[in-house]
This record gives sequence, structure tokens and C-alpha cells, in this order.
Amino acid sequence: MKARLKFSKTGSMKFIGHLDIMRYFQKAFRRSEIAVEYSQGYSPHQLISFAAPLGVGLTSEAEYLDMQLSESLSSKKMIDIINETMVEGINVEGFRALSDDSKNAMSIVAAADYSVSVKEGYIVCDDFANQFKKFVMQDEITILKKSKKSEKEVDIKPFIYHTAYNRSSFDKMVDRNCDSITVEQKKDAVDSNSTSVEQDKPTSSGVIFMQLATGSVNNLKPELVMEAFCNSISIEYNPFAYQVHRIEIYADLGDESERKLVSLQDLGTEIE
Amino acid sequence: MRKLALSDEILLTVEKPARYIGNEVNMVKKDLSQIDIRFCMCFPDVYEIGMSHLGIQILYDMFNRREDTYCERVYSPWVDLDKIMREKNIPLFAIESQDPIKDFDFLGITLQYEMCYTNILQVLDLSQIPVYTKDRTEEHPIVIGGGPCSYNPEPIADFFDLFYLGEGETKYSELLDAYKENKKNGGSRSEFLEMAARIDGIYVPSFYEVSYKEDNTIESFTSINENAPLTIKKEIEMNVSDTYYPQKPLVPHIKATQDRVVLEIQRGCIRGCRFCQAGMIYRPVRERDVEVLKEYARNMLKSTGHEEISLSSLSSSDYSALKELTYFLIDEFRKDGVNISLPSLRIDAFSLDVMSKVQDVKKSSLTFAPEAGSQRLRDVINKGLTEEAILNGAMDAFNSGWNRVKLYFMLGLPTENEEDIEGIAILSDKIAREYYTIPKEQRNGKVSIVSSTSFFVPKPFTPFQWVKMATSEEFLEKQRFLNGKMREQLNQKSIKYNWHEAELTELEGVFARGDRKLSKVIYDAYNSGCMYDAWSEHFKYDNWVKVFEDNGIDPLFYTSRERDFEEILPWDFIDVGVTKDFLQREYKRAVEEKVTPNCRQACVNCGAKQFEGGVCFEG
Repeated sequence: MKARLKFSKTGSMKFIGHLDIMRYFQKAFRRSEIAVEYSQGYSPHQLISFAAPLGVGLTSEAEYLDMQLSESLSSKKMIDIINETMVEGINVEGFRALSDDSKNAMSIVAAADYSVSVKEGYIVCDDFANQFKKFVMQDEITILKKSKKSEKEVDIKPFIYHTAYNRSSFDKMVDRNCDSITVEQKKDAVDSNSTSVEQDKPTSSGVIFMQLATGSVNNLKPELVMEAFCNSISIEYNPFAYQVHRIEIYADLGDESERKLVSLQDLGTEIE
Repeated sequence: MRKLALSDEILLTVEKPARYIGNEVNMVKKDLSQIDIRFCMCFPDVYEIGMSHLGIQILYDMFNRREDTYCERVYSPWVDLDKIMREKNIPLFAIESQDPIKDFDFLGITLQYEMCYTNILQVLDLSQIPVYTKDRTEEHPIVIGGGPCSYNPEPIADFFDLFYLGEGETKYSELLDAYKENKKNGGSRSEFLEMAARIDGIYVPSFYEVSYKEDNTIESFTSINENAPLTIKKEIEMNVSDTYYPQKPLVPHIKATQDRVVLEIQRGCIRGCRFCQAGMIYRPVRERDVEVLKEYARNMLKSTGHEEISLSSLSSSDYSALKELTYFLIDEFRKDGVNISLPSLRIDAFSLDVMSKVQDVKKSSLTFAPEAGSQRLRDVINKGLTEEAILNGAMDAFNSGWNRVKLYFMLGLPTENEEDIEGIAILSDKIAREYYTIPKEQRNGKVSIVSSTSFFVPKPFTPFQWVKMATSEEFLEKQRFLNGKMREQLNQKSIKYNWHEAELTELEGVFARGDRKLSKVIYDAYNSGCMYDAWSEHFKYDNWVKVFEDNGIDPLFYTSRERDFEEILPWDFIDVGVTKDFLQREYKRAVEEKVTPNCRQACVNCGAKQFEGGVCFEG
């Protein structure tokens, strides 16, 4: 059977790169003795694949990996068993069954939600959130895309699907079912609510939320948006100034005329 | 959540930040308020190397079983972080708590090879601990050395408060108890060192004085503290089946050199190769009970999730229950995709059967370590491997589908002549010729022979501890000569010849048999920028040449000088069990080209019997 595992990556684990996270899970699954299937041959490997690599330094509450299993316990039990083998900073948040004909996560990734906050000790500019608001409201946001052969101007505006300035309004905007998020994240959402009341006002710490096109068709990284923002107000882009955090990854079930984003988690079903 | 010692910006700037953040699977966490002793264990090389070392994992587990002790780890920061830490004056920290090491009670440094000596100074310096023991005060950690190089600790004696000589399982507990008691009584650092000096196996170098003759050899080695005994006997764990062994070894987040479960099946070696220090200092052979090992294997595979298990010993083929253990591992774990790795295995029917079960024959290679090219020289070094055994083993393997062979040799062995060197080329060629006796249609493509030579470095506590080592020029000449002979062989196109750098070997030779005068040389070399000497891209030979000159020390005094049996050697105060008399007898037999039987064939009274166990009392 196919299953999809959702995990968070926080704290010091943000410094562990994608390939090492793959190795980490392979060993973790062996420790937990769950029934992952293996390829054939002299050096068999586990049949697992990740949705979208997360860059070193980024944190996330919704990373996904798909796996082939010969049997499974209930979602709740699987989460508990695997979490027994995790280190601080990696936590399994969900475990769902996929239909046998479902496409693997990597091939269907279409969008992702991020928060970008300015790290302690860094100042980007005065009134960061409002400045960003102005920047993102432009009709066109062109950046210079460099390839091996040429440089060309690209408009990234169509790939910025949503932006918001506190978590609760962002969740509403992207239609996130808050029941599925963890207690700790709910607490964060409540905190940002209390400071910003109902309207989408920026929190004092200067966090921005955005939904961006992600995946093999169109891929826009939040770092690139921040770089474009800095260029637009003529300040130097400092890649170390921001903490980028991934909140969700989506597939697009819509058609060419309309997007219909569904979180990778929601494509699976709970195992009772 | 733990607060890291380094900022995000630094961690995102350096190569492989995982080297510095800890949080590995099975990392031990403790509540510091319940801890009396903070011990930091150091491997003075980069993280991926240090994390692969079994000894540290054993000690880490052993210390942390004590409720009053928290053992943490540190490795040499790589050159990129080293630079940043100096610029920003960041003190070196332990990776568990991320706390500065200078605030610890102990810093234990493992000494695995001579070329890490400048990295010891790096670790002390970055920790902001005075490099010389004489400059340390009550507020500084006690700096302990241990591991194979402590069998001649003299070149680094000035940097260590004490050395632990021998296997760690036996006396550390007593040492830590003494420390705790002294602390409780408000005792001083020097009072603790005196208590330590009274514990078996502990060497406190500052309690001894060395005087030299005009020719620079040692005049006398004397104790200047009544607590410091004149001879220090190595510590040894005789009950290896019932002692500390980590059932939950650490699993790093980045790929370490040794990314597998390591199962130490025995300690010591019965063979008695005359060049091999490990074969002498770890005597007698002590085997672990096979049932215990089966349980360890199961526990460790489960607790780590590793995909591979490797047997570790100096000569696995000599482990009595090897067949039982190997087939158990294959039957039990192979179905879970666990790979089984068997280094240091003699090639015979059994090993070929095992290898064909666990490896892809097309991708793997056979390894032989004849060490010398001629039977004459193999007799001199007491390497029991014959040409016939090599050729038969290779032929059996070729018939089973293998076509790649690796051969390891040494150049510069005592009594070596041109015929012996040429023998390396001839033997390489003979193996290729064997392969081509197989009818063409039955062959598995071309044969590939890779012959590697390293340079022989005489080591303390071996029968060759008195001999003259070849100079760099002589080594290079031998290498050129052999390369020429390789090119004359019929199958030269099938043979690849790999060689080593001579300059690094020369330095290793100096430190291996060096004395206390070298501490200053190492100190000056470090201050001139030497670090990571074992890494050829960082090895600064010219700096070393200069600091030897500046200190008026001729490196050839240590390497290219035949010592006589009467000379006081810097390491003579250590008793490793094997007697000097035995080593002298063995040296004489070497010159006479006489082989000596191994421990299972006959006891030759080497001295290890005094430990009252192991192979000496088998049967």
C-alpha cells in the first residue's frame, strides 16, 4: 500500500540538508520496524520519495514523503511508533493512506505556503510589512533570471498567489482547516490574533505570509521574493536576515482556467 | 529547545553545519543540575572521522552510565569555522550542551595517529585552555590523553595533565571518583594529579624528569614526585564479554566515514607481525562470546537503523566462532536489507562463500595484504602469508567471478633489497597471469590489479623499535624503482600502482619514536599555521622543516638512526605486557629470517601471559 507521511522540521534540524534528511528517515524507519518495502538487488533501498526538498536553514511544519508499505497500523499508531524514533526538531504530524493509483507527491506539487520573518538582531527596513505590502501590490514584479546562456526578465507576480501579514488571516485566505494543525501552531495563531484583532494587520515582529507557485512547472522560492523586494526599495538583500518557514504544500486539482489547491495531506485518508 | 553556540549566520556560512550542532540519534541528554563531573571527549580531527571511531562511542556510553557524570563530545572545527572562531573569539564548545569546554572538569583527547598532534593544540587553543600543562590553573579542565599514540606520549607530554595508558574500561571510574572526592575536600589541581598518579595505568608527565646525554639520547628518566611510579603498566580489560559496550551508538546526521554498526569481535591479534604495533600492545587476544555478539548486533541494528554491520578486529579470520557469527548475521539480517561487511578476512573457501552472499561479485574486489614482495622479506616481518596462498585464493575467487584484486605492501622494511621490491611487481603480475589461465570464454572481462605501497614507520613496542627508518629520498628512490619494475611486467596494463607521500611519513616517523623535546617543535609548527597535517591539502611541510631548524632538532635523529639495545627509549617506562626481552629476540629472529609461530600454534613467552587470560589460557 501507499502512504503519505507529514513531518515538521524545526530547531537545529534546519541545518540538515535534504539528502541527509532522506538518510535520516531511512534509518528512522528501520528503527521503528515499520513495514517499508524495498527494491530488489544487492543493495536494496527503501521505496520512499519526498515531495519537495527544503533548503538548508529553512524550517517547516509540513514536509511530505510517500512510502510503499506491505502493511500498516492505524494512522495514530503509526505516528506514535515513528515519533518514538525521532530526534528533537523532527516530528511526524500526519500519516495517511493513498490510493494505489495516486501520483507521487513530488510530481504533483503545485504551490506552498511560507512565512518569512526577520530574525532577531537584523533590521531590514522601517515598517517592513507595509513596505512589503506596497511592493507586492504592484501589477508586475520583474526580476532578472540568469541562466547559463542568457539573462532574461521574468514577471514573478503571477506566481505569488496570496500574501498576508498574520497567521489567522492567512489561514482564512488559503482556506486552511485549522483543526488539522497542531496545538503549538494554534497557540501561535491565537497569539497573532490577539495582537492584530480581525483585520490583516501586521504583527509587531514583522512576519509576512505568502503562497507561492512551487514544483516542476513554476517554482518561486520565498528567498527570491525577498530579494526582489529588497531590490525594489534599493536596499541590499541579506540572505541571513530572514527565517523562512514552510507551512503547507499543495497539489492543484483544478484546470487551466482555475486553480484548486488541495494540501498533500488532504489527498490521503486517515487509517482507522 | 537547545540554544546553539554558533549563530545561524555562521552555521549557514560554513561547510556542513551538522558537524557542530549535535542532536544526533541516541545523543545523551542530562540535567546539568544533577551532574558533578562534566567530561568532554575529543577526537582531534574533523567530525566525520571522529564520529566513526568505536573507542569514543564505548567511552561515551561508559561515562554516561554514571549518574554523576555527563560526557559530551567535541571534534576539530574544520578550517572554515576555525577561522571564524578565531576572528570572533568564540570559545570551542561541546556539541551536546553547546557550552564552552573551558568550563568542563575534564577534556579527554584520543590519540589515534601522530599526524593529529597539531589539531590537539588547535582544540586547546580554540577552547581558550592554556596549551602547556604548566600554564593551567585551578579553573581549567584536566586534560587527559589516551589511545594508541599514548604508548609513546613523550612528544606531546608537555600538553597533557595526564595520560591513561591502556583500555579505558578498567580505571576511569576510579579516576572520576578520585576527582569527585578531591573536589569535595576542596583539594587542588596538583593534589588531584597526585591521587591520579597512584592509580594504575595513569601517567602524569609533569611528575617525571628526563635528562639527555650529549649525543641527545636519554641519560635518565626519573620520578620527581613520590606518588609517581617509575613503571606504568597498561590497563587491560580481560573480560571482554562482560564489560561496557554501547547498545545505542550515536548515529550522525551527515554521512560519517564509518556509517554502520561496528561489532568488535575480539581484541588483540595472535599473528605477531613484527612491524605491527597493534599486534603487540593489545596482547593477549581476547575473544567476545559469540552469543553476546549476536545480541549486540541485534540491539545495535535496532537502535541505530543502520543498513550495514561491520565486524571489527585486527584479524577477523582468527576469531574462533567466525563462521557461526557470520552465517547468523546473514540468516538473521540479510532479509531486512542489512549489508554485512567483513574487513581483514583471509581469502579462503569460507570467505568467498560469505562474500558471494553479501556482495555483488562484479562490483567488489578481493584484498590481500602480503606487506612484502618476497617470501624472504615476509619471513623477516613474520607475515605468515605465502605466495601459494595468495595465488590459490585469487584463483578460487576468479573462478567464482571476481576480477578485481587489491594488494597492500610496505616499502622500506628492515633488510629490504631490490629483489624484495621487484617482488611486489612480480607478484602483482603473477596474479594477473593466473587470471588469464582461465579460458577466455569463462572469464569475466579483464582483470584489474591495484597494488598500493605505504612506507614502513618503525613503532614503539615492536621488534623493529630499534631500526633505522628510510629517509624520504630513499623512500622515493624505492618507489621509482618499483614503478619501473611494474612497467616491465607482462600484464602491466592490468596493474595500477598507487603510492604515498614520503614527507608525511617522515614526520610520522619522528613523532612515533620521539621524545619530550618535540613538544616545542609541535607548538611552534602549530603557531606557524600547521593543522590537519594528515590532510595532504593542508600539510605544510616547509613549515615543519623550518621549525625543526629553528629548534636545532634534526628529524633524522629520530628516524634514520639504528638504536642499540642498551639505549633508554622514551617509552621504556611503560609496561605493555610484552617484554623488551621478547622484542629483542624477535628482532634477532627477523634478521635471521626466521618465522615465529602464532599464539595458537605455540606460546613464545612474549610476556602477555601475566594478564592471566585470553588466548594464553585457551584449551
